[in-house]
Amino acid sequence: MSNIDYVRHMPAGNQLSTPRRDPHIHFDPWLIVLLLALMTYGMIVLYSAVDRDLDVLLAQGSRFVAGLVLMVIIAQFHPRIYLRWAPLIYLAGLGLLVAVLVAGTSVNGSQRWLDLPLLPRFQPAEALKLGGPLMVAWYLHDRPLPPSLKDVVVSLLLALIPAALIVVQPDLGTSILVTGAGLSVVVLAGLYWRWVGYALLAAAAAAPGMWYLLQDYQRRRILTLFDPESDPLGAGWNTIQAKTALGSGGLFGKGLFAGTQSRLEFLPESQTDFIIAVIGEELGLAGIALLLVLYLAIIGRAFFLASSSASSFGRLVAGALTLTFFVYVFVNIAMVSGLLPVVGVPLPLISYGGTSAITLLAGFGIIMSAYSHRSW
Amino acid sequence: MRRWRHLVLVLGFLACVTVAGARVGYLNVSDRDRLQSEGDARSIRYTAMPAHRGIIFDRRGEPLAVSTPVASVTLDPQRFDPTLLPELAAAAEVDVSLLAERLERMRDKEFMYVRRRVPAHIEAAVRELNFGAVGFESAYRRYYPAGEVAAHVVGITDVKDAGQEGAELAFDDALQSDAGSQRVLRDLRGNIVDHLGVVDAPQYGQDLELAIDLRLQFFAYQELVNVRKQTGAQGASLVLVDVDSGEILALANQPSYNPNMIDADSINGMRNRAVTDTYEPGSTVKALTALAALESGLYKPQSIIDTSPGYMTVRGKLIEDPNNRGPIDLTTVLEKSSQVGIAKIALNLEERAVFDTYARAGLGGIVGTGLPGEAAPWMSDAQLDNPIVRTTLAYGYGIAVSPVQLAQAYTTIARLGRRVPLTILKTDVDSANKLSQRVFDAERTATLLSMLEGVVSPTGTAPLAAVPGYRIAGKTGTVRKRKEQGAGYDDTRHVAWFAGVAPASDPRLVLVVMVDEPVGDSVGGGTVAAPVFGKVMARALRVLSVPPDGPVQLAATTGIR
Repeated sequence: MSNIDYVRHMPAGNQLSTPRRDPHIHFDPWLIVLLLALMTYGMIVLYSAVDRDLDVLLAQGSRFVAGLVLMVIIAQFHPRIYLRWAPLIYLAGLGLLVAVLVAGTSVNGSQRWLDLPLLPRFQPAEALKLGGPLMVAWYLHDRPLPPSLKDVVVSLLLALIPAALIVVQPDLGTSILVTGAGLSVVVLAGLYWRWVGYALLAAAAAAPGMWYLLQDYQRRRILTLFDPESDPLGAGWNTIQAKTALGSGGLFGKGLFAGTQSRLEFLPESQTDFIIAVIGEELGLAGIALLLVLYLAIIGRAFFLASSSASSFGRLVAGALTLTFFVYVFVNIAMVSGLLPVVGVPLPLISYGGTSAITLLAGFGIIMSAYSHRSW
Repeated sequence: MRRWRHLVLVLGFLACVTVAGARVGYLNVSDRDRLQSEGDARSIRYTAMPAHRGIIFDRRGEPLAVSTPVASVTLDPQRFDPTLLPELAAAAEVDVSLLAERLERMRDKEFMYVRRRVPAHIEAAVRELNFGAVGFESAYRRYYPAGEVAAHVVGITDVKDAGQEGAELAFDDALQSDAGSQRVLRDLRGNIVDHLGVVDAPQYGQDLELAIDLRLQFFAYQELVNVRKQTGAQGASLVLVDVDSGEILALANQPSYNPNMIDADSINGMRNRAVTDTYEPGSTVKALTALAALESGLYKPQSIIDTSPGYMTVRGKLIEDPNNRGPIDLTTVLEKSSQVGIAKIALNLEERAVFDTYARAGLGGIVGTGLPGEAAPWMSDAQLDNPIVRTTLAYGYGIAVSPVQLAQAYTTIARLGRRVPLTILKTDVDSANKLSQRVFDAERTATLLSMLEGVVSPTGTAPLAAVPGYRIAGKTGTVRKRKEQGAGYDDTRHVAWFAGVAPASDPRLVLVVMVDEPVGDSVGGGTVAAPVFGKVMARALRVLSVPPDGPVQLAATTGIR
């Protein structure tokens, strides 16, 4: 088994080719083009999913613009800055999470939102999607690799503390994403595969115990995954409706704006978490394929950027964020198509929703920053 | 070794994407048919396309029964904000506390009626509110513009739009509509968002043209109302027939009911007495007895019958006239309606002669107007060997007929012996003639007609039936009703008849008037029924522009009453 760090020990971009000079503006045109393509696709699908409601489209569009601007701004800062600020961002995020638990706003039975004066309502958990991996990378970036058992345990704690705070909101989806982001840093840092195996075994063994920690509605979701028809009008409704919509499109779909399930309110959350079902119904397998191609291209490019970063911190953070993005995509598709229980994970940059898009774009900003700043 | 890790990660990625992609592909391609039909099962519905029932017109195209589209106001109780209830109740003009009570009962349902079949202004008012949870269901409501005037002829339908009475019931098959069905796309809330096409085209009901002339019907009905008010009668009926075609131009009854507003009291007025009830016709059928006398060859209009001393006994049964009229001719027997005279004739004729004449005039059979509940006539030849039966039959007892049946008999006389079925449907002379059959000799029937003119002369029993300017042939009838308990007749309860033809020289109209149990001093056909005949016939002749055949100067000076 390898005990060699994958990302940190990969040859940095400047060692492979002729040394590059820092550009005046730090960004990656390829990634931006791919993101723009994805977002355009998403806006078209969203327009159909909300039944040609221009207001929704404008709201989403303005968030995208804000996110892109933020992304470019973030890309201008040297990764050093993020390294320095990582603990502060992390702690501030934790503080906000506690604030949410104490004084948050409830929407749909979950206390996830924070209403602060002078700021739009936002979910502090989103910040931890960036703060988490930053913190773990901060902790690991200058320690001997592969990480010792103690370092792994500390890293896991760093990832799990915010996840725990989030899961009690309750918001299982975000919690999984935050944990995943933290864990990917550890994996990327060069964990022994053996340990990964042990961890999986331990998780499998702990699963029955976990069952008792879950909320009732979460247990129902898992049960209905195996037999959605057992409660077709209750917990199984989302899954059945999503599968129905997704599957009724065929190869090329019923045509944009022509989906019946998604547009007649049969499909719940059709413009947010379940928007891929709209694509499946209206644009068919071809539409899904196009979406996957765009995602894979973005992930591929982001991975290339991450592995070409000049610093091990940059490589860790950028790689972890890329992995998180991938987890997003995979969990969402698997959840909608009935492979995973329904957890609230949106389809990145396609689903309607503000904070998530802005966080994702900010993450890509960090990835670009890690790649673009050649000197350390 | 780095490559190894790299490879594992990339493979892991690809594996995940492959699994997710395969899953979507499976749903999308392999499982598509099932999922698509599941999807359709959720969103595609077949809904009824209401079709309206046929319209019923009178002979001149006046609507008698029309289906107008109306809306029922519906509500989704789960989505309804109860604070809006007073506003909704006000707009729908329903009692707010009753509505609140019903809403409370239906709280967990998704559908309830706020009010069914509302008038247009209420629908508009409710639509104005634009409450999301309030919906509208289209339906048809039957309106009867002529109301109680033509209620018995036109009839009514039930809430399911099926005929229950009158022509609505009799011709239900033709009037009936079949709702079509169409495929619609509906959303989760049940709102219809798109129409995908018609599956079954709605079958609209056929329109129906009745023989009724609403102008005459109105007037006839009004006269019945008047006569009932004046005489305090239990009921009254009237049948006006077009002689050439056998069409019933007016058919009215009192009491009646308002078909637009059925309530508990309506049942009292629903009986179509003119068709469903039978009464002893009394002296009105003496005309037919006289015809039998003419047919026998033993009598001519001038033949003298000695009615003195004004009474006689048949096997111990006393038959009497009000006074001793002495020897009088056959015409006078009719004019004065002499019981003794008719009895003598009847005993002089063959046993079956009177009975057969009645039967040929149609008194023994169903008229076949098409109206529901037509009474089976009652007339028996079982005891014709008994002279008492023969004599009483000759002056109209021991036989029961409905006003419509008597109208058919008089129409047969008016058509100079060619019997034609009476009909409530518009028809024409040619088809009537095809159905008609000769039952009496034309010449003898013409003779009878001129004899009957004497009845409305100043010396006859019914001068009040006269119509200035026209020659009228007719016959009164005053019948004691059978006792309600026990055998025999009741001296205090009567049925007053008048049946007649106009103009006598070229018959165009037959009118039969029946007044059931008039109270007061004058209860006879000549005083109670004859005036109604006179007024209605005068109006009908004028409305139908029938040329006068009577003395011109009388029409010019007296005018029409």
